[in-house]
Amino acid sequence: MTTEQRQFNASMRFLHWLMAAMVLTMLGIGVAMVASISDYHRLVSIHRPLGILILILVVIRFVNRRFSSLPPFPASMSSQERFVASASEILLYALLFVQPLVGWGMLSAARYPIVLFGSVHLPPILPHSVMLYAVLRRTHTVLAYLLFLTFIAHFGAILFHTLIVRDGMFSRMAPWRVRAS
Amino acid sequence: MPTDSTSPTKTQPAPLTGGSALVRLGGIGIVLLSVAGAFLYLGGWFTPNALTPARFADEFERVDGIYSGFRRNHAKGVCVSGFFESNGQGERLSKAAVFRTGRVRVIGRFSLSGGDPYVADAPDTVRGLGLLFWLPDGEEWRTAMINLPVFPVNTPQGFFDRLVATQPDAKTHKPDPEKMAAFLASHPETVEAVKIIKSHAVSSGFDNSGYNGLNAFRFIDAGGKSIPVRWALVPVQPFEAASTTGTAQGDKNYLFYGLIVSILQHPLQWHLIITLGQPGDPTDDASVPWPEGRDQMDVGTLTLDSVESEETSPARDINFDPLVLPAGITPSDDPLLSARSAVYSQSFTRRAGEKKEPSAITPSDVRK
Repeated sequence: MTTEQRQFNASMRFLHWLMAAMVLTMLGIGVAMVASISDYHRLVSIHRPLGILILILVVIRFVNRRFSSLPPFPASMSSQERFVASASEILLYALLFVQPLVGWGMLSAARYPIVLFGSVHLPPILPHSVMLYAVLRRTHTVLAYLLFLTFIAHFGAILFHTLIVRDGMFSRMAPWRVRAS
Repeated sequence: MPTDSTSPTKTQPAPLTGGSALVRLGGIGIVLLSVAGAFLYLGGWFTPNALTPARFADEFERVDGIYSGFRRNHAKGVCVSGFFESNGQGERLSKAAVFRTGRVRVIGRFSLSGGDPYVADAPDTVRGLGLLFWLPDGEEWRTAMINLPVFPVNTPQGFFDRLVATQPDAKTHKPDPEKMAAFLASHPETVEAVKIIKSHAVSSGFDNSGYNGLNAFRFIDAGGKSIPVRWALVPVQPFEAASTTGTAQGDKNYLFYGLIVSILQHPLQWHLIITLGQPGDPTDDASVPWPEGRDQMDVGTLTLDSVESEETSPARDINFDPLVLPAGITPSDDPLLSARSAVYSQSFTRRAGEKKEPSAITPSDVRK
């Protein structure tokens, strides 16, 4: 008897929701800290290690995805929709990988120590160059807004499929286990 | 219900009526707009009058103008390097590697306050010294100190309002004395601080000046015990009062030239003195000195033996952010600390991408 896989496996779902919470927190902290005076230091002190944690997790998640079997797209999706969904997934993976690297790189170029916590810190990955820092700092902002917009599109598409098309799109990634009906 | 893609027709729910689809679509729109709104709210988009690092930097630019590639404050400067020799005394107070007996390499920058990098040197202009200590395990300690005995304000808002009060009038090109009077009327802490500052004799040069950290910090020892501290650099070079006759001030760079001559003759030294706070001493108010008689500890000697123009030194491109601290030193509850970190970062980011204009003190000025 063969039953078709309906959901992403438990490890993929766990990583998805863990990272969703972390990335949203990170976007909120990032946009708040650049406008903040009194909370600036506290927020930066969370932003740096959280960014590195996201970098580590996105690599784990990518590898995990390569070794996992995936549920098929719902039959309701046209081939164009499937293409857009796949492309946006690649874009999200790319942003989650590149954005922390740009952050690490820009701190390196500015010669800020990349402190994670206590005396634990990372080495610089780029030479000391304030011009390079200026470019990467701007890039970091642009990528953050792009990441936020990609998230909004992703969230909107899931809501549309789940509430309007009602093809059970959400259940593929639901944090709980969904049994076949 | 989830759809089985192999048999979509079996479990496909009945299509929504036009009306209920519209309601659901509207709901989705509201959810997405709320999320985007929350994001923009966090970014301060709905509170344009809130104090932000960008508004601080804008105000510095309004007061002094924009000088491409220069710091928005303490713009005029010269870079130095040397070492800090710890005597090991500080280890009892803080586990920071900088206090273990031995030497660490230091770079720094002497500066005058204000956003004009070509301003004429004057005895009353606030003198700054930014330092970066390279600790052996790759950690860093950065501190930016000034020669005032206390800070003239005790909150970021106070700093901002005082800056606005010094903004030159569009017609007279001079600060409006009425604005400063109004500021002082609502800031008694500044009036008190200025009395202390005025009673403090200014030295003749950068080399025989003391530099004070002013903000309180906390030292954490190996056992995790924390105590409030303030730090200061006390010059080994003998004090000499600033000349009031104006003869020494013939050259607009006389303070910097004096420093260069002095450092080329012999290395300059300062004792790093830690003042230990006691319970009840304010740690959140840099405008108030701690009571007389607090324990002080000499934890080592700073030696500066080399001077360089900003144009050739890596210190130009360093942000002397006072919250770059090694493990063993943490910020106090002083609200100025986070504000300084935020505003320095904004200034650094703005100048980083700008074309670098020549500094007042050029490479040829620092040659023997």
